[in-house]
Amino acid sequence: MKEDKSRRSFLKNMALAAGSAIALSGCDMKALDHFLQKNFRTLSKAEVDEIITSLQLEYKNKYGKDFTVSAKPATDGILFGYALDLSRCIGCRKCVYACVEENNQSRGPQIHWIQVLQMEKEKGIDFADSDVHYNPEKVPEEGHFYLPVQCQQCRNPQCTTVCPVKATWQEPDGIVVVDYNWCIGCRYCMAACPYGARHFNWAEPSVPEDEMNTNVHYLGNRPRMKGVVEKCTFCIQRVREGRYPACVEVCPVGARKFGNLLDPESEIRYILENKRVLVLKQELNTQPKFYYFFGV
Amino acid sequence: MNRTDNHILKCRCGSQRKRMPAELLRSGIVLLIVALVITACHVKEKRYNEQVLPAEIMTSEQAEEFAVEAPPLTEGIFPCSECHSELEPNPTRRELDWHEEVTSIFDHDKENRWCLDCHDLINRDSLRLASGKLLGFDESYKLCGQCHGEKLRDWRVGVHGKRIGQWNGQKHYLLCVHCHNPHAPKFEPMTPEPPPLPQKMSN
Ligand code: SF4
Ligand code: SF4
Repeated sequence: MKEDKSRRSFLKNMALAAGSAIALSGCDMKALDHFLQKNFRTLSKAEVDEIITSLQLEYKNKYGKDFTVSAKPATDGILFGYALDLSRCIGCRKCVYACVEENNQSRGPQIHWIQVLQMEKEKGIDFADSDVHYNPEKVPEEGHFYLPVQCQQCRNPQCTTVCPVKATWQEPDGIVVVDYNWCIGCRYCMAACPYGARHFNWAEPSVPEDEMNTNVHYLGNRPRMKGVVEKCTFCIQRVREGRYPACVEVCPVGARKFGNLLDPESEIRYILENKRVLVLKQELNTQPKFYYFFGV
Repeated sequence: MNRTDNHILKCRCGSQRKRMPAELLRSGIVLLIVALVITACHVKEKRYNEQVLPAEIMTSEQAEEFAVEAPPLTEGIFPCSECHSELEPNPTRRELDWHEEVTSIFDHDKENRWCLDCHDLINRDSLRLASGKLLGFDESYKLCGQCHGEKLRDWRVGVHGKRIGQWNGQKHYLLCVHCHNPHAPKFEPMTPEPPPLPQKMSN
């Protein structure tokens, strides 16, 4: 710890020395502080509060709006799980865009945390032959079914183990998160994720000002920067406040279910115990907490 | 319940196998299975009735969690008695020359059913169960559940249909008729939102 501190102050002094040379280019102390911020999980409560306050200020300056940045931690006795009814989904993509709006995903370059795959009933679940760009007049199309894919919130996530700087991890309530301040953009996690659930900001993300969701979580939908990886967090900013994720509430056919896997009375547990359930790519032992089921 | 019965079945076979001739054993098993099936059916029926037919499906402490949205009645159509009180009740099954908005789309076991299978002849502002019991429009799910008992059970536990609000507290159930038109319950196909843009760089 002590060592760490002296390393930090050493770096800070070095940076200050260099900084004085580039002070004219606008590299202020705030940016430096962000750069030198510790790993989120080692921060004290006071340090977190300080970061939140400075982020709110930064967002206010940048987007001209008041943000509520939460850092609400996981609650004991909760492990989030999700279930999607394959016999109901009609492939309307309403969930895709509700997610984009709720979570401030970049409109250009375009980032979608949810991909809805169209598949042929005759072939069953077959990723190689699936189509994400289907665009008929009306859905569902005869002879097809739809399989939305997003982060599967693995119990045994490969994305976190490969991260060289530990910028991504699984929270005690099971949500796999990214600290954008700590992410170095190496994209190892994207290569490791078998579900294509991680997305990279190749450019400065753009979100129309009036569509910016100002209700954000530090580990979730707060505005991202160029060069960091992002992914579905089960709407951490909503579910830690007890609300359903945005995709659950928007789905017009009620195909999406969400709840606490540790609560035997929850709808998610009812599904696991009473319906035919499957997980994607089970053979990889990622152990998703995102289940697909057949409601009929 | 079933698990225990199966367990008993296995134990009995196991302990008697050595002493019993094969045929006796076989008929014994058949008898046991028949008995089991009969009991299972009875239990099932009882449970079905318990869950589907009683007036108070949602007990008061549950009611707080399972608030049901108001039924989506077409504006200006309710109370029905407003018009119907002036009309002579006519129970004869026939082609209506009224309610074109319903008759033109009606597709809900059309061959066998018509208005008075769900609506009450005398009390126009009520729905009516097969048993004759009257039912408010805010409880229409019980009426649907008469035929779609399995769906009703799934709906009650939050598996069929949609809930909004808190995953761990106050939530709203939508009624069957919020999503399905009771006169033509099959979902209309819809226009999908635009597909993702083709990616130049993988992201
Ligand atoms: S689906 Fe991919 S991004 Fe999500 S936890 Fe699993 S490995 Fe990580
Ligand atoms: S909103 Fe529901 S029905 Fe539409 S694509 Fe998403 S999961 Fe499927």
